[in-house]
Amino acid sequence: MTMQTALALAGLAVALALTSAVVSLLAKRVPATLRLVATPLLGLAGLAALAAGLAALLLGGSIQATLPLGLPWLPWHVRLDALAGFFLLLIGVVTCAVGLYGPAYIRSFEHGPDSLTALGGFSGLFVTGMLMVVLADDAFLFMVAWELMSLSSYFLVAYHHEHGANRRAAFLYLLMAHVGGLMILLGYGVLAAFGTGFSFTELRAAQLPPVWAGVAFTLAFIGFGMKAGLVPLHAWLPAAHPVAPSHISALMSGVMLKVAVYGFIRVVFDLIGEFPWQWGVAVLTIGSVSALYGVLAAMMQSDLKRLLAYSSVENLGIIFIGLGLSLLFLSTGFRALGALAFVAALYHCLNHAVFKGLLFLGAGAILHSTHEHDLDQMGGLLRRMPWTGFFFLVGVLAISALPPFNGFVSEWLTFQAALQSWQLESGVLRSLVPIVSAVLALTGALVAATFVKVYGIAFLGQARSRHVRRARPGPWGMQAGQGWLALLCLLLGAFPTWVIELIDAVPREVLGGGLPQAGVHGWLWLTPVSAQTASYSGPLVVLMLAGIGLTAFWGLNHLWARGAPVRWVRRGDAWDCGFAPPSQRMQYTATSFAQPIRRVFGLLFTIDESVTQQEDGTARHRLKIGDRFWGWLYLPIADAVESAAKRVVRLQSGSVRVYLGWTLATLVGLLWIIT
Amino acid sequence: MDHYLTLPGWGLAVFQSLLYIALAPLLVGWVRKVKARLQNRHGAPVLQAYRDLYKLLAKEARVAHTASPLFRAAPYIVFTATWMAAATVPLLVVDLPTAAIADIIVLVGLLALARVFLALAGMDVGTAFGGMGASREMMIGALAEPAMLMAVFTLTMTAHSTNLSSVIDHHLAEGFILRPSYLFALGGMVLVAIAETGRIPVDNPTTHLELTMIHEAMLLEYSGRHLALMEWAAQVKLLLYGTLIANVFLPWGIGRGMSAAALGVGLAVVLAKLAALGAGLAVGETVLAKMRLFRAPAFLNLALLLSLLGLLSHVILEVGA
Repeated sequence: MTMQTALALAGLAVALALTSAVVSLLAKRVPATLRLVATPLLGLAGLAALAAGLAALLLGGSIQATLPLGLPWLPWHVRLDALAGFFLLLIGVVTCAVGLYGPAYIRSFEHGPDSLTALGGFSGLFVTGMLMVVLADDAFLFMVAWELMSLSSYFLVAYHHEHGANRRAAFLYLLMAHVGGLMILLGYGVLAAFGTGFSFTELRAAQLPPVWAGVAFTLAFIGFGMKAGLVPLHAWLPAAHPVAPSHISALMSGVMLKVAVYGFIRVVFDLIGEFPWQWGVAVLTIGSVSALYGVLAAMMQSDLKRLLAYSSVENLGIIFIGLGLSLLFLSTGFRALGALAFVAALYHCLNHAVFKGLLFLGAGAILHSTHEHDLDQMGGLLRRMPWTGFFFLVGVLAISALPPFNGFVSEWLTFQAALQSWQLESGVLRSLVPIVSAVLALTGALVAATFVKVYGIAFLGQARSRHVRRARPGPWGMQAGQGWLALLCLLLGAFPTWVIELIDAVPREVLGGGLPQAGVHGWLWLTPVSAQTASYSGPLVVLMLAGIGLTAFWGLNHLWARGAPVRWVRRGDAWDCGFAPPSQRMQYTATSFAQPIRRVFGLLFTIDESVTQQEDGTARHRLKIGDRFWGWLYLPIADAVESAAKRVVRLQSGSVRVYLGWTLATLVGLLWIIT
Repeated sequence: MDHYLTLPGWGLAVFQSLLYIALAPLLVGWVRKVKARLQNRHGAPVLQAYRDLYKLLAKEARVAHTASPLFRAAPYIVFTATWMAAATVPLLVVDLPTAAIADIIVLVGLLALARVFLALAGMDVGTAFGGMGASREMMIGALAEPAMLMAVFTLTMTAHSTNLSSVIDHHLAEGFILRPSYLFALGGMVLVAIAETGRIPVDNPTTHLELTMIHEAMLLEYSGRHLALMEWAAQVKLLLYGTLIANVFLPWGIGRGMSAAALGVGLAVVLAKLAALGAGLAVGETVLAKMRLFRAPAFLNLALLLSLLGLLSHVILEVGA
């Protein structure tokens, strides 16, 4: 296979996604079109993207093409290289799963009030937009694709628009996506001002003075950071992601956030290319704050999808910690260490796409069979939906960074990069990195607590409401979608050496050097720096865990049990220390599970908790947890805009003569500026 | 790395891992005995912990109607993960293949895996006490794990390696240097070990009061061989933390090389160190009272602070010097 074929495959992916959008127009007449044609087409688009990405990573090198579209003096350039290939692969993996999962999930919408055409059409456009962003090779096509992605996802967020809260969430998303888009556009503008044109080749050649490079970096960081949901620009994310249909939430959280990471890497690492260490410190700081705040906010939630959305803020924080470390090492001349942190960040991108996609699909499966998104109403779902329960458990273990799953490997790599900070010359930086790794460690441990809460409350224990007690396992298509991602969680964790060899093409292309040491001891051993420094053997850990566990099980249940005088397992009522038989209302809830951590970290949130005695003698507990960043950042801005608007409104006198006067004044003013 | 991966190395690794599960009940029995003597009691024989395990293993296991398959799988996962974590810590000799398979971060990850399944098992039956134990355990774990990572990072940064064998080798080669970072990290590590193994003042392993339980609350529904595995895992964890302190912070005496003499000396020295640590733990448990649950975060914050100070004093004071 040549790069030519790879680019053709990528083009096929875009064409399939567009076709899926067009076919959806028929859904109004024949509702089954969406289920039978449009969504499978989306899955095929994912498969094509996956193949194109794999080919690009394996072949290395890059290929460019010019499309006969766009402005007369600026045709659209596309380019497939290793970086684009990696993100194509990532988009493809999750889109495939959505293609498997979607048809069964959409079935429940066929009798609903909402337009199927809108769902299918905008889903197709959304995937098209994401693919095009990654393939774009000039700022113009990039921005067109970016806006396509933002706008189509706005319509998907607003899909269930009959609820006021969803409309508000969608509006907030639209607003912030556009402020972010504006920043990115200005960032490209700065780059283009010092270059000769808008194609990436020309932008890359631009020679920026340090101050303007800083301006371009700041604009790009704010713009892409807003899309990636970094604290404090995250407010739209926990509002918007949960209200979209679940397979779209999986795409938004799993993939769209990664497209923002792609944009950041493309602009900062590739186009700007040279950076001072201060940028690394800025990215590290924002990344750490996002990681810690995201996971604490996730811990406080009781709404499953909202919790998952906050956890995306946390994971993006971890990715940006990796990127920040990479910037820091590259700017101080440690190319190999920079590549290590860069690979860790990319690995985490892929992992987060896989497990967050899996968890959102699982949340969708629960929603599909119980119509419930509140954890406090769930319980005992593992016995009702065994496969979903099993796959969700894999996702939980992966996101909690537990060996031998994939989340652990990327966290391990990030720690390995951070532990090399002793090589840095500056004492300030040397002591900054350990603090960041402490934050990362705390984050990892809190993630485990958060997801024990999710799994323990939703899938274990007893059902807390009637409709959850009657839950039924979902159709096979939904389970296949989850199963594919769960399998990837295990494979990406068990064979890290192969994954890193695949990813290695990206730092070799973007940074000019990869991780030559990672696989020198064979596929069994992952040695990112050197064997002396650190080694991890994913396959052997899997083998030993499974081997010892199964041997112990077999030994105790078969060998040891032989000739036992008593029955080997007896079922009975729960003991519960001999108190009254436990009812489902005596169980811990999500809110009570989080209480100790809420008490320890309560200062970071606005917590409004009250217990009131009702007249019938029962007590009522109310708990409202707010995001402090609303008060710190968003409300002041909203107030400022409102008071500015109140001042401007004085112009609106209602008299035509005054308006004409203003028009004249503006005209004169503009003429004066021109001359 | 290749010099680890020899056949005798693998054999010795298996032997050492088996030694971990064989010795774990002994340490618990020893701590109980010393504690009883300090409290003017005779106490059970040191070998009582073995008899308890045997008794539990021979009994039928009772499982609640409301339990899911996870409840029955969890003891095996908890036991396996804890044991594997222990197997990576050099007990008798250094440079075994297990240290190359999993470094110190993997060790922390495996312990976290065990903790997650322990907490999930606690929540599975759907009783109030199980959820309570799980919630508290995860809070304490969430605060203790970063402290532990920071403490071991102090050592690994000194040795420029996260491989425990290399860390020990480095310290032995360097000789005895009293570093401030070490003292901080050791302090943090001791506090973490107390919290993570559920000892006084954070948790009380002998409590009979459900409302104050943490670790025991999650095990309330277990019986028979399931309980035996969970108890055994807890004992292995105590031995693991003991060995970590004994062999990584004070590595002198550990065997280097595969000779019988090295092994014998290594065993004798590590047993002596562990006996001393166990006696210290018993004294601590005798003179201290259990804290209220919400004092535990302050205790663990102190651990995190000490460990972080260790790491910072290393990178600021010791790297350039």
